[in-house]
Formats: sequence, C-alpha cells, structure tokens
Amino acid sequence: MTGMTNSKLGIWLFLASEVMLFGALFSTYILLRTGAESWPHGSSLLNVPLATLNTMILITSSVTMVMAWASLMMNRFGRYRLYMGLTVLLALGFLVVKGFEYGMKLEHHITPATSTFYAIYFTMTGLHGLHVLGGILVNGYFLFPGSRLWKTNPKQFTGRVEAAGLYWHFVDLVWIFLFPVLYLL
Amino acid sequence: MSHSEHQSFWQKYIFSVDHKVIGCQYALTGLVFLFFGFCLMMLMRWQLAFPGEPLPVIGGLFSDTTMPGGVMLPEFYNSLGAMHGTIMVFLGVVPLAVGGFGNYLVPLQIGAPDMAFPKLNAASYWCYFVGGVVMFASFFVPGGAANSGWTSYPPLSDIATMGQTFWLFGMVALITSSLLGSVNFIVTIVHLRARGLSFFRLPFFVWAQFVTSFLLLLAFPPLEVAGVLQLMDRLAGSSFFLPSGLVISGTPLGVSGGGSPLLWQHLFWFLAHPEVYVLILPAIGIVTEIIVNNTRKPLYGYKTMVYSVLFLGFMSFVVWAHHMFMTGMGTTMSNFFQATTMIISIPSVVILTVLILTLWGGSIRFTVPMHFALAFLPMFAIGGLTGLPLGLTASDIPLHDTYYVIGHFHYVVAPGTLLALFGGVYYWYPKVTGRMMNEKLGKIHFWGSFLCLNGIFMPMFIQGLAGVSRRLYMPTVYAHAEAVQGTNVFMSYSAWILGLVQLIFIFNFFRSLKKGKKVESDNPWQATTLEWATPTPPPHGNFLQEPEVYRGPYEYSPPGRTEDFWPQNEEK
Ligand code: HEM
Ligand SMILES: [Cu+2]
Repeated sequence: MTGMTNSKLGIWLFLASEVMLFGALFSTYILLRTGAESWPHGSSLLNVPLATLNTMILITSSVTMVMAWASLMMNRFGRYRLYMGLTVLLALGFLVVKGFEYGMKLEHHITPATSTFYAIYFTMTGLHGLHVLGGILVNGYFLFPGSRLWKTNPKQFTGRVEAAGLYWHFVDLVWIFLFPVLYLL
Repeated sequence: MSHSEHQSFWQKYIFSVDHKVIGCQYALTGLVFLFFGFCLMMLMRWQLAFPGEPLPVIGGLFSDTTMPGGVMLPEFYNSLGAMHGTIMVFLGVVPLAVGGFGNYLVPLQIGAPDMAFPKLNAASYWCYFVGGVVMFASFFVPGGAANSGWTSYPPLSDIATMGQTFWLFGMVALITSSLLGSVNFIVTIVHLRARGLSFFRLPFFVWAQFVTSFLLLLAFPPLEVAGVLQLMDRLAGSSFFLPSGLVISGTPLGVSGGGSPLLWQHLFWFLAHPEVYVLILPAIGIVTEIIVNNTRKPLYGYKTMVYSVLFLGFMSFVVWAHHMFMTGMGTTMSNFFQATTMIISIPSVVILTVLILTLWGGSIRFTVPMHFALAFLPMFAIGGLTGLPLGLTASDIPLHDTYYVIGHFHYVVAPGTLLALFGGVYYWYPKVTGRMMNEKLGKIHFWGSFLCLNGIFMPMFIQGLAGVSRRLYMPTVYAHAEAVQGTNVFMSYSAWILGLVQLIFIFNFFRSLKKGKKVESDNPWQATTLEWATPTPPPHGNFLQEPEVYRGPYEYSPPGRTEDFWPQNEEK
C-alpha cells in the first residue's frame, strides 16, 4: 500500500526508533554539558587524527555499500561480492582503529569513571561501536550464507541488501554527528 | 486447509510462528504475571493493614532475610512495591493488551493471514519471556529484588543492591521485545489489510493498536538509553545520575561527579507518560468493540474517535514533565507542561463522550462482556478526572507522592484497563476456543471485581488528601496517617476478597475449555468485523479465502435489511 516492501518499511520504522535512541543520547550529552561547571574540549583529550581516519573509513564503507547494492541491481553478482566484502572489511577496520583508541585510554587508566566527559564518550562511542558490530554481522550474513537467496529470488535478496544498506548509512550518519560533538567541540 | 496437523507439539504450541498461538502465549504469560503482581500486592496490603504483625501461615514460608518470624522487613516491603509496579505494567498489562489481544486480533480484523514478520513475532515473545524471568529471578539474588520503586529514581537506584542490575537487564530485554513487536504491528496494519479495507474502515481496536505501536516504537528508546546509562553507573563507575558531594551513612561517596538525577526523570517519564496510553488505548479499543456490538448501533462518531486517538498519541510525547513539578522547574516550563496536560485531557473526554452517546437509544444486550465494558466508562472517568488536579502545580505539589496519586492511576489501570481486558477475554473467548464462558460465574466475577476494586482504590483518595505518603512502610507511626488507618484495613480486606473472586475467573476460564456451551455459529455475537468471518477456532492462515471488505466496521441496524447487522465482508 505504500509501494514499499515489508522489510523496507520495517527498517525505516526501526531507524525511527534508533533516531529516538541516539536523540536521547545527544540530549543527555547536551544536558550534562550545559549543567556542568566546566567541560573539556574534546580535541585536547581525544585523538582527533585517528577519529578523522575512522570518519573517512566509514564514509568510504557507505559508498561501497551503495555500490554493492547497485551491482545487484545491474545483475553483477561477482561485483556485489567484491563491494560487500570491502564494506565488511572497512567496518572491521573502523573497529580496529576504535580498539586502538580505547586501548590507549585504558593504558592511561582513563575509564568511564574518570569524569563525566569520558563517561559519555565511552557510552556514545561504545553504543555506536555495537551498531557497527551489528552491521558487520548483518552484512557478513548477506555476503556468505544469506546470498544463497540470490539464486532463488534475486529481487527479494536485492531488497534485503537495500534494507541492510539503509541501516548501514544510518550508522554512518550517527558517527558523522558523534565525531564533531565529541572530538571537535 | 492447513499444515498444522502434522506439526509436533513443540512446533505447534511452543515455538509456533502463528500469530494466534503467539497471542495466546502472550495472553497466558501476561495473566500469570498479573497474578504474581497481585500476590505481591496482597503481601504489601498485609503490612499496611496490620503493620509489624507476623503474617499467619504464609509468613513462615519466607526466608529470614525477608520476613523473619513472618514479620515483613522494610527492604522487602520496598522490593514488593517496586516489583509490583514493574510487573503489573511491563509484564502484565502491556503484554496482555498488546501482545495478547493485539497479536491475536489485529491480523484477523484486517483480514490478513498472519503478521508481516511471523518469526520476528515469535522472537519478540521470547524476549519478553526472558525479560520476565530475569525480573522475577531478582527476588532470589543477595539483597533481594529492586527496591527503588518502579520508577527507579537515582541516586538511590544507582547505589541499590544487585537486584537493581537485574531489573535493568530485564527492562532492556522487555524494550527489545516491544520494539520488535511495534515494527511488526505497524507494517502489518499498513501493508496487509484486505482488499477494500481502507484506513477509515478499520475497526477502532486496530486504530488503537496502531497508535499504541507508534508510542512503543518512539517512547521506549529513551528509557533504553536511561537503562544503559544506569548500568554504566552501576557497573562501570560512571556518574551520569550521581551529583558530586553525595554522602551516604556519613561517608562521602567516591564518584566522578557532575551527573544529574533529574536526567533520569526526564528520560524515564518521556517513556512513562506515553506508556500510560499504551496501557489504556488497547483497553479503549476493546471497550469500543464490545459496546458497539452490544448496543446494535453504529459508533456515534467514528472519525471523531480516530482523530482523537491520533491527537492523543501525538500529545503524549509533550507532557512528560507533569510528573516533575516537584523538581523545581521554572514557571515557564511548568506553565508549558500544565497547559499541554490540560489539552491532552480533551481527546480522552471526547472518546468517553462518543462511547456514551453510542449507548443513547440503543437496545442494549447485557452480556457479560458488556458489563465489563459499561463499568469501564465511569472508572476511566474517575481516573481521568482525578488526574486533572495532578496536572496543575498548585494542587500537585501537596498531592504529589501521596496515596492520591496511587488512587488516580490505579483507577485508570485497574478498575479501568483491567476491567476492559477481562471484558475482552469474555468477548473473544468463543472465537478462540469455540465455547462460551459460563455467564453466571462471569457475572459473579464481574460484580465481585467491580465492588472490590472500588473498595481498594476509592479510600486511596481519602488517604492521599490526608497526606499519607505513597511509600510508607509503617503508617501507624505518623499521627496524620494513624487517623486514616481504618481505611487501610478496609482496603486490605477488599484486596483479599478480590483475590478470591479472581479464583472464580480462573475456574471458569479452564472449565469452559472443556465444558463451556459450544458456539452455534462462527459469529455468536452477531458482530460485523472480519475476525468473526473465520472458522472457529481460526486455522493457521486464518481465512479460507481472502476476504474482501465492502463497508465500514460498525454497520448495525442498517435500514432496509432484515438482519440487524451487516458484516464488512458481505457483499449484499
Ligand atoms: C488490582 C489490584 C491492585 C492493587 C490492590 C494494587 C495496590 C497497590 C499498592 C498498595 C501499591 C503501593 C503503593 C505504595 O507504593 O505505597 C501499588 C503501587 C503500584 N501499582 Fe498497583 N495495585 C493493583 C493493580 C495494579 C495494576 C493493574 C497496575 C498496572 C497496570 C499497577 C501498577 C502499580 C504501580 C506502577 C505502582 C507504583 C509502584 C511504586 O511507585 O512504588 N497496580 N499498587
Ligand atoms: Cu503523565
């Protein structure tokens, strides 16, 4: 009735609830920051170059995700494999970089208990990291076992990849907000 | 007809993906949890009626850390209160109303073979089940279950015992469950309606579920965030909700500081106000179906109802801070929340008015479900009207956190919503089982419940006006509370009798499965909506052939027809 498939409408609704989730987190950030006596500049505490690298990685992965879907639209399954594989690899790369960042902090005994700034930093990036991990699982599924559907029902498979892509762009978008808010402001 | 015959017991009843089986699972689990929650309340009512006296017989069954010698300890009382509220709201009423009634009825009423995502549907039930088990298990961890109220306000909840961590994990599971459920409902209602079933031909119950799903979808995530932050506070040493400089039992608390307990309240009530409508809207939907069917007249103002419920859903997101007038907000803020609260009461009044006008001039059939539906109207009205003083700061400040508040919201959820849900059980029982529940027992159940519920909750207004706090463990040590102690005794007797009356319901429910009067047709109430056009009980896949809809949902007594009802799917 909306001209969308069930799964596409479903993913849009899910993303609406995700907007509320991250919206509440950002509101929390604003409330804590405006209520604090002083608030550090993220750039003086966090590793901006690494985060910039990660931003590039995620944006690139969004591009490869679109290419993966477009390859399916053009009936080129081999190309799809390639681009989807790249997307998953880039996502893994993001997590590895993030892991280095976390590791460096923990080495200096900086944890969520250090200050409210670090508490919100770890919580927001942690939740975002979990979303990235979710994306890796979903995309990894469509890369290997899930891609069997391509042979029997290519249209449905393309639809699923499109829905996964919408989710992936959302994860990307959240990071694009997180990066300036935590690292630059 | 269906392939369900050659499925094993486990596939058919436990891990089924059929929305009707899942609906029944939800409903039965919800009823069991309602009963658990009810038992916790009966224990609390012992302490309140006879403070400090040992509980005869049953008291001996409890451990020494909760009720040594049968006398209830304050911590245990607090756990009972917190868990009663949590269990009733999140494990009882919502799963029964949305998971049970919604799952069973929405696909049938829109003429669909199943929900849009059947596997997701099963997953959401099992998430709920796990969340419930985790919640309940918390009674058995050291320190006992959560005891900071069902609202879990920090700083208390941040430093409470392990039960609170269980509470938080349980909530995260429940939130996940309702997220999956609400996506499923919305997609189902938007995409799977039968041919001819436009939005303005939907039964009102479906509209109610539709709006409810949006509330669940959009209001729960902030609470999830709150839960995660509180888990961080409790497990990772952050201090989102702990301000600097807290001193506990003489020792300063070593926190990183800078947090805000009010932050929790905002996140919590941003969910919990819409949650109120999650409790009440399905009930209004059920009551509407029953009333229209039993007055044999069209709904007085169908579109008015629909617009009201949409407006209500929208407004419910902007009034949350009326629970926070005591937190020292400025006048501009409090004016905003007072005004929006007054505005949101308008659609409720409209809905009630429409239902009452529908009764006007009808030839009412006083069936058992109709008893429950009729009783809902004044109970909901009392609940709603007593809410108005709570929406205005001048009167809320003295009333806040007294028994008046407890009376107010219980009128909405207990004599209100619960009566409606019971009415729904009696009304759709013949569809689900092919048999009727016993009418005489049903009427005893109705009158007993109706009288006892009022016996419990009406005196709460008196206590509240007398200034009795809602979380007193030992009311008799305060002079102002001592004066109304008699009402506590009366309320507790009402509560225990109410418990006995529910045994009649349970007996009737199970006996009727085997011995109830068999229905003569698939449509014993002569109703118009699509769920009655299926075989009884409906098979897997629901309809024998795809139904087509020709008219609105409530064509009763249409002119020029011999029968006094005109089903939606009957061409002429
Ligand atoms: C049917 C009989 C019921 C009785 C006799 C009853 C009684 C009580 C009592 C005595 C309290 C404690 C008040 C206090 O903290 O001092 C309470 C709290 C509460 N009840 Fe009920 N209740 C009933 C049903 C329900 C239902 C159906 C719901 C929800 C759908 C519910 C939700 C709550 C909540 C949320 C609280 C607040 C807990 C807190 O803030 O500590 N109750 N109830
Ligand atoms: Cu409210």
